[in-house]
Amino acid sequence: MSGASNETIDVVLHVWRQPPGGEGRMVTYTEEAKGISPDMSFLEMLDVVNERLIAKGEEPIAFEHDCREGICGSCGMMINGQPHGPQKGTATCQLHMREFRDGDEIYVEPWRARAFPVLRDLIVDRSAFDRIIEAGGYITAPTGSAPDANLIPVPKEAADAAMDAAACIACGACVAACPNNAAHLFTAAKLQHLNLLPQGQAERYQRTVAMVEAMEEYFGSCTMHGECQEACPKEISVDFIAYMNRDFVKAQLKNRKLAGQT
Amino acid sequence: MQTMERQRVAPVHPRPRRPAPWPVEFYRSTVGMKWVMAVSGIFLMGYVFLHMLGNLKLYMGADDINHYGEFLRDLLVPIFPRTVTLWLLRIGLILAFFFHVHSAYRLTRINRRARAEGGYISKRDYQAATIASRSMRMTGVVILLFVLWHLADLTWGTANPDFVRGDVYRNVVASFERPVVSLIYIVANIALGLHLFHGAWSMFQSLGLNNPRWNSVRRGFAAGFAGIVMVGNLSFPIAVLTGVISADDNPDCRVVDGVIETCELYAGEGEG
Repeated sequence: MSGASNETIDVVLHVWRQPPGGEGRMVTYTEEAKGISPDMSFLEMLDVVNERLIAKGEEPIAFEHDCREGICGSCGMMINGQPHGPQKGTATCQLHMREFRDGDEIYVEPWRARAFPVLRDLIVDRSAFDRIIEAGGYITAPTGSAPDANLIPVPKEAADAAMDAAACIACGACVAACPNNAAHLFTAAKLQHLNLLPQGQAERYQRTVAMVEAMEEYFGSCTMHGECQEACPKEISVDFIAYMNRDFVKAQLKNRKLAGQT
Repeated sequence: MQTMERQRVAPVHPRPRRPAPWPVEFYRSTVGMKWVMAVSGIFLMGYVFLHMLGNLKLYMGADDINHYGEFLRDLLVPIFPRTVTLWLLRIGLILAFFFHVHSAYRLTRINRRARAEGGYISKRDYQAATIASRSMRMTGVVILLFVLWHLADLTWGTANPDFVRGDVYRNVVASFERPVVSLIYIVANIALGLHLFHGAWSMFQSLGLNNPRWNSVRRGFAAGFAGIVMVGNLSFPIAVLTGVISADDNPDCRVVDGVIETCELYAGEGEG
């Protein structure tokens, strides 16, 4: 494309506003969302709206953001009924206003799930994810001097698959997209990036059971709509959910005294 | 700026404190319930397929289907007494049906509870969910109600005034000749087709049977299976309504009190 465009668009913004501990409602911004450059990211558009709200003495729209390069996972919001907006494989921070047309109405809402209470406006508490990680999202390794690189051989396919799972940024889009508010894609990704590698084998079955149980305390169950995979900004495959299910069933039957033998 | 004091998010589904024996513990988890749902689903799929296949004998005439009914009662007869094998299969079927429905009911409750009150204000824009996947609960309830009706109609005969025990052919024709009843069968079998289209695909996921080598076949398998069962089952009421199958065929085949009295087996070899 040929550089920055000079044309701007006017959009109509419907945003969920909710004070801490209070009742929320949708608020429409028309004047504040005029003259938006298509080159702005969605968050930059919100920044502009907020500047104008502050200039008018109003409370700016609270939204979570950090890296703005699609790797921190904090900027999740529901845009026109799709987590992270209409562009596939993109977090909200990397969604650009060129995806929208002049005069478009844009509906922005926080993630909705019972385990993700709204803290303020578009910010939700995703600490239920932390409970799942605490339950087993780690390996136990002896400390001391750094081990030699490439000491443990890992097949290329396994390394690639583990890396695909490890791409999860824990943004919560999978939970937000799921009609059942299941966190299977998140949990499966966090499990399989360890379970697929040799370093993760020692605690594989214990980890699987513990993390699935922690997940089920907060979230729903999978009915395989496949919405999570579509919503995921890292395009993590639902195949990992199947691997998690398989490991969970194996964990019930496995003689863990012999877990090292296949 | 004051910092907000954050309350720890409470579990939506707190786990029972006391651990249970492992099969119960497994069935408590949603992953376990989905596994049970998939296994019972496979059993039910096998049944529904064989049921459709057996019913195709309607096209071969009263002789064939009535003797097929007899054959089912006489299954494994030298080993077990008459109808024992059939009852063993029925008990398995009832168990599979019970667990399939029970796990669905419990999972629905869990899923409802996991959702935020009110949900999304703006319209959700679904990308991958299909009509079949979104209507699983509805089609499931339709099938459940239909099965009860179907038993009353063609097994117990309480909903069929012309019912004669053992005369499969005439019972089916007498039942389907009522257009309202045919309509019930048609609606229920479309629901079954939709249910199978999603179920036969997603069961692989629930069982963890996932292999990139043959993942692409799964959707086709589900579509093919659902399609064959649905087309087969839909053809029966339509065939009766259009007169392709009618009670005038094989007028000599008489069944009294569940026993075939006169019905020459394969009398008209070669013709329908």
